[in-house]
Amino acid sequence: MNELVFFINNVVIAGSVTGSIYAIGAVGVTLVFSIMRFAHFAHADMMTFGAFMVLLLTAAFPGVGAAVGLPTAIVMLPLAMVLTALLAVGIDKAFYKPLRAHGVKPIVMVIGSLGVTLMLQGLIRLFAGTSGQSLYIGERKEIFRLALPFEGVRAPIVITEPQIILFVLTFACVVGLHLFLNRSRLGKAMRAMSDNPDLARASGINTNTIVAVTWVIAGGLAAIAGTLLSLDVTFKPDLSFFLLLPIFAAAIVGGVGHPYGAIAGGFVVGFAETLAVFNWAVLLRPFRDSLPEWLAQAGNLAFVGTEYKIVVPFFILVAILVWRPTGLFKGKVI
Amino acid sequence: MSTQDKRREDLVDTPSRFPVREVVLFAALLVAILGVYAMMGTAYSTRMLVEAACYAILALGLTIQWGYAGQFNAGVMGFVALGGFCAMFFSVPVNDAFWGSELPGELGRVLLYGVAAVLVVIGATRLDRLGVPKRLRTLIAVVLAVVLYLVVISLMREVTGEIQSRAGFVGGLGLPAWTGWIVGGALAGAVGYFIGHICLGLRSDYLAIATLGIAEIIKAFLKNSDWLTRGTATVSPLPWPTPGPAELGFTLARALYLSITAVMIAVIFFLLHRAYHAPWGRMIRAIRDNETSAAAMGKDINRRRLEIFVLGCILMGIGGGALTTFNSLFDPQGYLPLNHTFLVLVMVILGGPGNNLGTIFGAVAVYIIWIMSEPLALFLMQLAVSIGEGAFGWDAPANMDSRALQARVFVIGLLITLVLRFAPKGLLPEKVKHHG
Repeated sequence: MNELVFFINNVVIAGSVTGSIYAIGAVGVTLVFSIMRFAHFAHADMMTFGAFMVLLLTAAFPGVGAAVGLPTAIVMLPLAMVLTALLAVGIDKAFYKPLRAHGVKPIVMVIGSLGVTLMLQGLIRLFAGTSGQSLYIGERKEIFRLALPFEGVRAPIVITEPQIILFVLTFACVVGLHLFLNRSRLGKAMRAMSDNPDLARASGINTNTIVAVTWVIAGGLAAIAGTLLSLDVTFKPDLSFFLLLPIFAAAIVGGVGHPYGAIAGGFVVGFAETLAVFNWAVLLRPFRDSLPEWLAQAGNLAFVGTEYKIVVPFFILVAILVWRPTGLFKGKVI
Repeated sequence: MSTQDKRREDLVDTPSRFPVREVVLFAALLVAILGVYAMMGTAYSTRMLVEAACYAILALGLTIQWGYAGQFNAGVMGFVALGGFCAMFFSVPVNDAFWGSELPGELGRVLLYGVAAVLVVIGATRLDRLGVPKRLRTLIAVVLAVVLYLVVISLMREVTGEIQSRAGFVGGLGLPAWTGWIVGGALAGAVGYFIGHICLGLRSDYLAIATLGIAEIIKAFLKNSDWLTRGTATVSPLPWPTPGPAELGFTLARALYLSITAVMIAVIFFLLHRAYHAPWGRMIRAIRDNETSAAAMGKDINRRRLEIFVLGCILMGIGGGALTTFNSLFDPQGYLPLNHTFLVLVMVILGGPGNNLGTIFGAVAVYIIWIMSEPLALFLMQLAVSIGEGAFGWDAPANMDSRALQARVFVIGLLITLVLRFAPKGLLPEKVKHHG
């Protein structure tokens, strides 16, 4: 049973955590992809920017959280979301809109977004330095240890406060996005534009508004994902290229331009990562006596070492591009 | 549409003008190089030129991918690192502690098991020809692949751990450095073939994502395979193909190395020039400019794209090998996306994608700016700190130097976006000839 608890801690909880973060990130990427038709490489740095804003605000008002009963970082999150959304709209106005006006190929937009990602990286590291920092300033990360009421189980299930907040927020984001896309006028207009931009324009939808709304949503979601990631571990300014691949893999697995697919894809990639680095020999331990010698002796049955974690999303990406380039849920834009 | 027509007319009107722009730009570049020589001394400046020449090879590789064919490779770093690894592996002296023991045999045995496992899995995927239902075949193949992978990888872990503890690392082959460059080019081409084969038929964005990923994977592999590359412990010195500084002094040795890279660039430039004006080059440009009509003419688009992508990757591998050998240090952590991907990208789009001369100009010019920007950034940061301390009593953080260097990241990004917006064809645009 201890092994099962170990499995829950290291795979079920860890996988859901990374899965939720990738899912929120991938939703933003896939929305931008479906409205503006290019892979937005600056998304990971927008996540970092959101987390950095939270860090600054938390450092400025460290006492707020205690008054509400939540970590200060979470209280500051809405403000950071607004700031990141403003940044996203500003970037679009300054850099992407002129390119769009020239009618360039999507791949030029991709290169432009790489330029933007470098600018953001440079700015963030200029002000934040390059080392990791905790978002808990003057507070303690609460850790819950749930002991299981079974005999012989010594190890408790461990879950931390930010992880619970993460699950709640992910659920809220998914429900909110669903309601927005299906019930509101703007959401319907967005879906129309992702289906067929010319038809949407002809039927009187203001495409400029839709583009701005898309950036606001993408920026807000990026701030949430970045902050939750930084809360769960620490704030690291140099994560972006390691985040990009799993997020894009999640968006493509789910089918580009398909928000629900992106959520599913995020969890697929997150769980695949944790399952691949999990040492399966642990689960064989209880059956040690009934197994053949060579299998019982195996010390490390992980598929890849933790240092090769980035290989997992890459191979998921390759597999999906080979067998089903439209994604699991049949994306629209290919 | 109308602007495009006008531009075409202009080019047709002046088909063989005197190349004023080229002459002016290259003269300015020569002045800049002479200025660096006057300021920094010959040894330093020659080193800068050699590195710029190696970058020019990388930039030529990217210019045929991006300029000739419109494919965007966001993972130049990975191919550079592969070339560097091969240069290291072939040129470093033989490690007797490894070859003298039974470890090579064990390693070979495990690698043979790996090959056998791959063959078995491939065989399993063909089982449907023997009448096995397709679903069952897939299941068998997947289960077999997982089990065999785990067996081989755990054997591999044992052997590599043994190598690491007893011999340090595998060591090199003790061959001349250029063999490593050639093999590095071939290896980079093979990886490029794998990526291109998967991505080139799909949207162009996917290629960028996949190359970005493979670059990080190659780096992670080289960094963590201590038994093969010594990982973070780095390997140095790497022998040069020419007499080293110990025999000739820094300036002369570097000048000799520079002549080798110059010959390489000349050969590559000549071959690319011929290819560009050959029917093959016209076909490549036709595919880039209008895929549908090229397909309607009966051109095999995906195959041509793959050709040009692999060709570009080969050049990047060779250039990476030359660069790493020159630095005489193989450090997997020294390969950075900024230095080895985005710098090359700036060289290409600033110099003129699709124009080989422009690319070489861009490579040398951008590299000079890049090298000179380091002391400049540090100086500006010091100035800002002293002003801040004097005027506002600002307490500057301790790691100011590393932060100042991050300002260069910002400048590179700004340069990319500005060039794309205001000079999308670069300083020396590609000259499109029209045959009346």
